[in-house]
Amino acid sequence: MRENDYAVIVENATVRFNMASERIDNLKEYFVKLMKRELMFKEFLALKDVSLKVKKGEAWGIVGTNGSGKSTLLKLICGILKPYKGTVTINGSIAPLIELGAGFDGDLTARENIYLNGAVLGYDSKFMEGHFEEIVDFAELQDFLDMPIKNYSSGMAARLGFAIATIVRPDILICDEVLAVGDYAFQQKCERRMSEMREFGTTLLYVSHSIDSVKEVCDHALWLDRGTVQMNGKVDRVCDAYMKELKE
Amino acid sequence: MIKFIERLGTFNHYKPLLQQLVMKDIKLKYRRSFLGYVWSILNPLMIMIIMVLVFSNMFRFDIENFPVYLITGQTIFNFVSEATNQALFSITGNAALLKKTYVPKYIFTVSKVTSSFVNTLFALGAMLIVFVVCHVRFQIYMLFIPIILVQVYIFCVGLGLILAQATVFFRDVQYIYAAVLTAWMYLTPIFYPITQLPFELMWMIKHFNPLYSYITQLRTIVLDGIFPDPRLVIYGFIVAFVSLVIGTWVFMKNQDRFILYI
Repeated sequence: MRENDYAVIVENATVRFNMASERIDNLKEYFVKLMKRELMFKEFLALKDVSLKVKKGEAWGIVGTNGSGKSTLLKLICGILKPYKGTVTINGSIAPLIELGAGFDGDLTARENIYLNGAVLGYDSKFMEGHFEEIVDFAELQDFLDMPIKNYSSGMAARLGFAIATIVRPDILICDEVLAVGDYAFQQKCERRMSEMREFGTTLLYVSHSIDSVKEVCDHALWLDRGTVQMNGKVDRVCDAYMKELKE
Repeated sequence: MIKFIERLGTFNHYKPLLQQLVMKDIKLKYRRSFLGYVWSILNPLMIMIIMVLVFSNMFRFDIENFPVYLITGQTIFNFVSEATNQALFSITGNAALLKKTYVPKYIFTVSKVTSSFVNTLFALGAMLIVFVVCHVRFQIYMLFIPIILVQVYIFCVGLGLILAQATVFFRDVQYIYAAVLTAWMYLTPIFYPITQLPFELMWMIKHFNPLYSYITQLRTIVLDGIFPDPRLVIYGFIVAFVSLVIGTWVFMKNQDRFILYI
């Protein structure tokens, strides 16, 4: 298997966090800790020695309980976090849907936010102008374009965020429980767009607590438990094992 | 070297973001205010008038064309003060975004300094009005003023990067810096002539306060109508680039750990 056939390769990745209780954000604390030689922070490993190889065109679901490191893994793949140990290799462009509308500024209108959010994803304003109609149509927010985003409901903001993030077909789509806020019709619409992308060869990484939706969307799954890989492989096998564990 | 070109490519890729962020700051600054952008000119004018009243009645200095002397110093100092203060919060203030998407982090710091730079360009309007009212002779050397502003801009980007990354790890920096800024204001000859100071202090300011160099360059052109001392210009550029190099270096060194602290 050549390197190029993989969209995402995570090798023995460990992610270290600073436990909040040991967080030092003022000088006094710093010196007190320095005196007591407690400056080495108490580490917390959100991911321990995780490896994952995703071939181009595959759809992987990531399952696990709260705090098992699912979002951390996705953030690692997006480049938001850097591994403490191990390596992450990405082939292709990424559209991260970790939190829809993370780049929105509440005081700006939706129209202005479309350009701002596009820029966060690296598109210039000319490109955004060309796709403006398409975004507004998909989000179905024609009537609210000149309203500040802070007056939007979370569902409305999510619609807009999804529409912007998916205007270009990315090589890798990363989806973290983002569709939960939309209404049923919009969820269906998003799932359609996602499956369209999949048909054109987009690789998908998908996090959801709804096992049915994982089974429906994905062909492979990874089960994380407290930062370690519990199991990976075909979606049905992994999901069944996960559900069995949960019920016990 | 390859890494440097790669970084330049990334910067190019995110230039629209820089543009959007600057536009956002400028748009939001005066949104919902009645006079809007006029404030950018009116505000420095009002402050200058008050200071002129204070310093020509309460404390008197023997300075020719005091309003011009004051507004030149004030414009440069305000730029530095606003730019660095905004830059200080540029990383902690955008925590939500930085946690959820990958964007080069320095873009936020640079954008804050750039929006302050744009505000300063508006403030130049106020300076121009004072020039006209106080009969400053316009001459060819004034074309050098943008180059002075570029020196200050580069200096602010460097200092801003240092402050922004330090604030991520120690939130105390914001309070310390507020005090530093006040001291800095009094140690910069904005409303007093530097010759008033004792010799040692004057020597210190001339050598270690880069703002002295920038302000003096501007004043030499405007008030004396001659080209500033080239030594001051070279000094100004060297300090600016040293600040930029140190700023970039510490920022790059620490940026991967930001996410753990914001």
